[in-house]
Formats: sequence, structure tokens, C-alpha cells
Amino acid sequence: MSAERLTIDEIEQRADAIIAAPDEDLAPRAEALAAELLSMSEVILETWLVAKGQVPTDDKHEGFRLIALHRQAAKGNPSFNACRETCREAVYHHNLILHDPAADDIARTIRVGAMVVRHLALFIGGKLQADGLGEFCCSSRPIRQADAAKTETAGAMEA
Amino acid sequence: MAGDMKYKKVAYYPGCALEGSGHAYNRSTKAVGKELGLDLVEIKNWNCCGAMEVKNIDPKIQTYLSARNLSITEEMGFDTVMAPCNGCYHNLKKAEYDLDHDETSKEVNNRLSSKAGHKTYEAGKVETIHALDWIKKSIGEDGIRERVKNSLQGIKVANYYGCMYTRPRHIFPEKDQGPGSESTSKPHYMDDILAAAGAENVDFPLKTACCGGAHTLSDSDTSTKLVLNILTAAEACGADVVATECPTCHTGLEMHQIRAEKVLGRKTNIKILYFTQLLGMALGLSAKKVGVNENFSDARSLLKEKGLG
Repeated sequence: MSAERLTIDEIEQRADAIIAAPDEDLAPRAEALAAELLSMSEVILETWLVAKGQVPTDDKHEGFRLIALHRQAAKGNPSFNACRETCREAVYHHNLILHDPAADDIARTIRVGAMVVRHLALFIGGKLQADGLGEFCCSSRPIRQADAAKTETAGAMEA
Repeated sequence: MAGDMKYKKVAYYPGCALEGSGHAYNRSTKAVGKELGLDLVEIKNWNCCGAMEVKNIDPKIQTYLSARNLSITEEMGFDTVMAPCNGCYHNLKKAEYDLDHDETSKEVNNRLSSKAGHKTYEAGKVETIHALDWIKKSIGEDGIRERVKNSLQGIKVANYYGCMYTRPRHIFPEKDQGPGSESTSKPHYMDDILAAAGAENVDFPLKTACCGGAHTLSDSDTSTKLVLNILTAAEACGADVVATECPTCHTGLEMHQIRAEKVLGRKTNIKILYFTQLLGMALGLSAKKVGVNENFSDARSLLKEKGLG
């Protein structure tokens, strides 16, 4: 299944379906599912970048487009680093599945990989919904950063 | 690194959460410190760190609020302050960084400190550490192994660090410094400490993933789904318990675990405990002594089953 045209909500639903699927449906399709999960992760970041008026890169970083997309999205937006490890875990689970697609516990590995992708979908989906209310992240830049740079509040306290 | 005398007696900044929703963390941190022979001296007349609310309005004021706590720490004669809350820890570290790198932050801090009538804090005078650093560096894994009375053997733990313990990387210059130092991409201090106490750590991919804490009130459904995903992933990884090291993360996991069942009809059975509660019980303290009865997540039957009740 291609992730090319999926929305973030559809990706969330697809991840749910993978997580709920029985072992016998997942195990024989391990390699295809590894590719699908990685592709869905890329689409999530592409959606974010497009929403921000950027053209998603086709470059790869450390061998993966997902990592390059994350770097692109995080440039000038430190709060985006809150999903840095989630992206790296998505790549790790992709590699883990491909490392031994016939492993006894491969279905569990696929499900955990799908949970990582679901987390990325929820996080970015949340960020997109909350846009305008302020950054969706504890480590975010402040809502009124431009005003804050002038230290108006500090000035007011001094007055 | 372990056995560092510098950390045997440190200033203690509990922060607001540990006086309220995170009371069990405060209680268990103090109990563990006492059991390990470590001294905590609470900062006098400490103030809020500015958390997210002040920072989102004016980060310079947030820097000042944390600088005031650092100033009091210095005035009390300490060069190290321990903050067990990720938010407080993050803000103290951020203030330290900003006062060292940003002239405007320095200027605002000078002005407000003078107005408030206390010594202006200057970067580099006080080191901020987390409760994990405090135990790992003063006692270390060998020291814990020597003191364990009730091993956590048989308890499978997913260690959840949350997002603020390691981010943004630049305010934690001591991390990512090779063997022995904490990692910002794969933190392991809590894993190390609990493994030394006998626990079996599971490979958990969401240990630094967002729990939606910042939007728990404005967008509760997203927070609930994020927490539910963290808890289901921990269960899928085979964990009995999610160990936490932050009162905000802990409360978020507990509250949204309940909300996920009520609103989404999704029940998870995994228990949520502060790492200090697990460590305290391993050191021989009772579940009550470390405040297990104060948690919303009722782990008592699991702990009893594992011989820790």
C-alpha cells in the first residue's frame, strides 16, 4: 500500500490497522510493511512542510529521506526537535524489520514500529491543529517571541 | 564519576509540582536520598521557575525567575542545585545558557535582581543537575547494587524520560560527552539506575516522545491519544511499569490513562511509578514510605505480587 496520498488522519488509521492485525497477516509481509511504515513517516513530515509553504526535500541524510525531512522542518524551528528521536526510531524499526524479516517476534516489531509512526502522526497532527494557538511543544519558542525580544514586560516592570 | 563527593550534599529545588500533584515524587526523592546518605537542603524562599506559562509570554522574565533561584542557591553557599522536575531542570539550565550567551537576558536579570534587592546571578556559579544525575553520579550503579535489599528482579520497566530532560541539546553541554555521560538521543541514566536495582528494562522506542503535556488543557484529546500510544507501546514492549522522572509527565500519563479508558474506551493495564519509588522499594523502603498510595495508577497489587508491597 502506498502512503503517497494519505492524509495524517488516514495514516493514523492505517497504523491502527497494522497494530490490530493478527501475527499471521503481518509476518509474511514484513519487508513491504517496513517500507510502508517508513513511507508513511515521510508523508507526515511532507504534510507539515507543505503546510508551512516549503518544498519537501528529496535529499537523504544518513541514508534516509525521513531524517533529511526532519532536519529541513527543524531548521529555525527548535520545537520540531521534539520528534527528532521519533523519526530516528521510525528509521531504526524499519532497519530492524529488514534485518531479520523472518524473526520469531517480527509481528511484534512491526506493531511497535507502527506505534512509532502513529506517535509521529499524532504529534505532527496536533501541531498542525494547534497552529495559531502557539507552538505545540514544551520546548517551543514563545508565542510572542517578537514582542518578547523587545523585553516589553521587563520594561513595564521597571516603569 | 560515581562516588562524586560534590553531589553528596546539594541544594534542592523541588518546584511547584512537587508540592502538589507530584507530592509522591518529592516524598520518594527525599526518602531515597536519606536512605543513600545523601543530603538535600531546600532552597529558601524559592519561586516558580516560570514553567511554560511565563516563558511563552516573556522568556526573559522566565530567565530571571530561574536566575533568582540560582542566586539564592549561591547565597546559601552551594555550587550545585538538584531539580527533580524536568520543567524546572530545563528552565534552570536554559537560564544558565541564556545568561552566558545573551546580553539582553543578562541586562534584564541585572535590572530585575537589583529591583528585587538580591544578588545578581552570574552564569557559571551554580551547576544544575537532575535527580538522575544526583543518584547516578554520587552513588552509581555499583553503590546501588551494594545497597539493594529487595531486588526489582522480575519487574519489566519502560523508562520514560519525556521531552524536556534532553532538549534542546545546546543547554545540556555535559551530555553527549562519550562513555559515562548522558545521551540526548538515547537517555539511559534511569535505565542504568533501575537495572542496578534489579529491574529488567525493555527496549522502549518512545522514551523521549512527546506526551502532549503542553496542550493537556487546550487540546486534551491529542494529549490523551499521545499518552495512550506511549502506554500501549510500553505494553507491546513487554513492560509491567512505566518509570517516570518528571511530575508533569507522570501526572499526564496517569490522568490520560484514565481519560483514554473513559473517552476512547481504551484500557491499558500498565502501571506508572516514579523511578524514585521503584528505587526506594529496592532499597528496602515500604511502598507507603515512597508514596505509592498517592499515585492514581494503583500499582499495589503488582508490587505485592513481585514481593515489594
